[in-house]
Amino acid sequence: MSVTHSYPLKAEVKNLNFYYNLVQALKNVHLPIAEKMITALIGPSGCGKTTYLRCFNRMHDLYPGNRYEGEIILYPDRLNIISPKIDPIEVRMRISMVFQKPNPFPKTVFENVAYGLRVRGENRKNFLEEKVEKALIQSALWGEVKDRIYDLAFNLSGGQQQRLCIARALATDPEILLFDEPTSALDPTATSKIEELIMQLKKEVTILIVTHNMQQAARVSDFTAFMYLGEIIEFDKTDKVFTHPSVRLTEEYITGRFG
Amino acid sequence: MPMDNDKNIQEIRKKIALNKLRDHLFWIIGLLSTLIGFVLLFTLIIDLLIDGFPRLGWQFFTSYPSRFPEKAGILSAWVGTTLVMIVTAAAAVPLGIAAGIYLEEYGKKNWLTNLIEINMNNLAGVPSIIYGLLALGLFVYYLKFGESILTGGLTLGLLILPMVVIATRESIRAIPNSIREASYALGATKWQTVKDHILPYSFGGILTGMIIGLSRAIGETAPIITIGALTFIAFLPSSPVTSEFPFFSFKWLLDPFTVMPIQMFNWISRPQTAFHINAAAAGIVLLLLTLLMNGFAVYLRYRFRKRIKW
Amino acid sequence: MRKRTYLKLKERGIEFSLLLSALSSIFITLSIVFILLYEALGFFKDVSIWEFLTGKQWTPLFAQPKFGILPLVTGTLLVTGIAVAVALPVGLIVAIYLSEYAPFRIKEVAKPILELLAAVPTVVYGYFALLFLTPILQKFIPNLSGFNALSPGIIMGIMIIPYVSSVSEDSMKAVPMHIREGSYAMGATKFQTAFKVIIPSAFSGIAAAFIIGISRAIGETMVVAIAAGMMPNLTLNPLEPIQTLTAYIVGVSLGDVPHGTVEYKTIFAAGITLFFMTLSLNILGFWFRRKIREVY
Repeated sequence: MSVTHSYPLKAEVKNLNFYYNLVQALKNVHLPIAEKMITALIGPSGCGKTTYLRCFNRMHDLYPGNRYEGEIILYPDRLNIISPKIDPIEVRMRISMVFQKPNPFPKTVFENVAYGLRVRGENRKNFLEEKVEKALIQSALWGEVKDRIYDLAFNLSGGQQQRLCIARALATDPEILLFDEPTSALDPTATSKIEELIMQLKKEVTILIVTHNMQQAARVSDFTAFMYLGEIIEFDKTDKVFTHPSVRLTEEYITGRFG
Repeated sequence: MPMDNDKNIQEIRKKIALNKLRDHLFWIIGLLSTLIGFVLLFTLIIDLLIDGFPRLGWQFFTSYPSRFPEKAGILSAWVGTTLVMIVTAAAAVPLGIAAGIYLEEYGKKNWLTNLIEINMNNLAGVPSIIYGLLALGLFVYYLKFGESILTGGLTLGLLILPMVVIATRESIRAIPNSIREASYALGATKWQTVKDHILPYSFGGILTGMIIGLSRAIGETAPIITIGALTFIAFLPSSPVTSEFPFFSFKWLLDPFTVMPIQMFNWISRPQTAFHINAAAAGIVLLLLTLLMNGFAVYLRYRFRKRIKW
Repeated sequence: MRKRTYLKLKERGIEFSLLLSALSSIFITLSIVFILLYEALGFFKDVSIWEFLTGKQWTPLFAQPKFGILPLVTGTLLVTGIAVAVALPVGLIVAIYLSEYAPFRIKEVAKPILELLAAVPTVVYGYFALLFLTPILQKFIPNLSGFNALSPGIIMGIMIIPYVSSVSEDSMKAVPMHIREGSYAMGATKFQTAFKVIIPSAFSGIAAAFIIGISRAIGETMVVAIAAGMMPNLTLNPLEPIQTLTAYIVGVSLGDVPHGTVEYKTIFAAGITLFFMTLSLNILGFWFRRKIREVY
């Protein structure tokens, strides 16, 4: 797996195993994550791609009976973020996540975006306003909501809500941004806006995206990993995976023969 | 960014430590708050036991009230409570189940069922003493039932009616539609479906609601005082079983009565400490009864939930 | 053919009697309103509404009776205020603890025991307030009289906790998991998630729970009748004896008041005041509960 050798790494997954109680959901996963690149995870539903993504900000720690084995090394400080010695809260403050279904809080647009900063104890009004505006501009939402940032977030459309969730994740300057099928609940127009946005964001942040939509992976990502039954079957540059897959299973999947 | 990454992480760690401290503090406050209720319940039981336990004996259950605290007992009170509860159950249970069935199985979504539903919710929030005033005007003076067991039982019956209805509706609602469809597919009528399937399958929940309702009724004092139940009853109501044909009688329904919470209230109101001991003893009996009934209801709920899984 | 007609008639008959049973609840409400209004209107023939609402003395059984409801209303509000000051914060904290913090096993044990608090007969609580809590409080507050608003207020507060906590907890549990995850994913603690996200999300349900708690406290009778004294005292001092609307009704009913006299009618006047206080709270609470369903 030397496809990433010429890129600086932001994180590296080594020998990752994950268990829901006794059921092993991830088997021996290895994966380098290149800095300020977009890495996509594809695979049939139930293959473990969401489980894998949720390891990155320790969401599995919220529920009892889950267990990690192996390492996810975060650079530059070489921190193993799934080590039990590392506080999941610290990991989540450094690595943000955007969910499958837009999940804004029942608060104003402003308070939604400022949430992560408030959680860090930040209450200076000017600073918050500056950060909120910046995040909303980054998430291409500012133009649409600048006159109603004190309206309830529930009043936005689905696509706007998802971009709000992206702004919320960006406001804290995360080192990695995780996307868990971010467009599966949206219509095509909203989807293409989000895809465009994701490609813009890679200038500033390392992105990991799970998607059930192969075209989406082909359009937005630099690297693609194909997962099947909890294992990484193939990992390569996106062009390569979609044009000349080296494993037969990958080829069958991307040509729609199963999944 | 990477340059001040280390400094950043140090700062984040400090913040996290503070956040977690608050989190732990609240965890402790939450646990303590939950314990307040237990502490009260525990202290209450210990206090009653210390004050009243020595007074509990055969004599206490077989004596009428008396001017002499050591001779007084709760005979007329527990007999009264038993008879009143029979009337309460007879009034509230069939009526409540029928109303619950109508609202869940028959009533269409229209203004009438909506009104009944809002009204039922409202009745559940009416203070019990208001039911006492209703009974005073309706049963005692308008229907001329007097200050009788019948009046007392009906009053408490109305009081727990919303509870029975709500319990019935909840357990009927838990039955999946496929059961109804299976019954209709075999050619059953609506009533046959209700009688053969809905009622038997929701029996556990209805029984639980009924027991909790009755345990509430046993402890109710205010509405019974309002209808003018006497506090000093040194005789028993007439017997429901007679020696002559037809060997039973309903004369007891119109007899005056007292119930245990009233007896206890009466003893608390006396200035002499010796009567307070009687009050504590009556309190033990009353508390034990309601705790047993509630415990039984919790057990039933647990068992039925385990047995039937849709 | 005849059997079919018979069956149809039987079905109709059954449906009709079930409908009558359901309608009985409306009949009960109408009877309550009618009887309270009828007797209260009789009362207002003898006493002016103005005197009733603004008079500062309530002495209906004196030779020269005064019929100002204010002392009873302030008494009710005073005890309710004390009870609510205990029940609302503690009930809310318990709800947060049970919904967000407590492990499954603790929840399984804690909830039925909390429900028991609401099942204990109120006359037993009255005994406890008068003969256990008041003497203890008197050690700390020497000028606390034997009958007072404080002790029954505190006991009532604890008694009401389960009403507040169970409805609040239900509405917190109804907040979808993905909203919680959104907060945890930002690095929030449980405490931050509970206070910044769960409570605002469950606001309608918590409001409904608070209103149920307040309404319970206003209508509670025996604890105050036993431990607060029977003095219609226009005061907001929790250390003094007072009388609530409910306790007044009990007090009169204990004596021998002939049917149809003004004294008899006073309990209905007090009753209708109480009824409208709780009715308006119940309607407000119902409105909030309806709103819960609209959010998600």
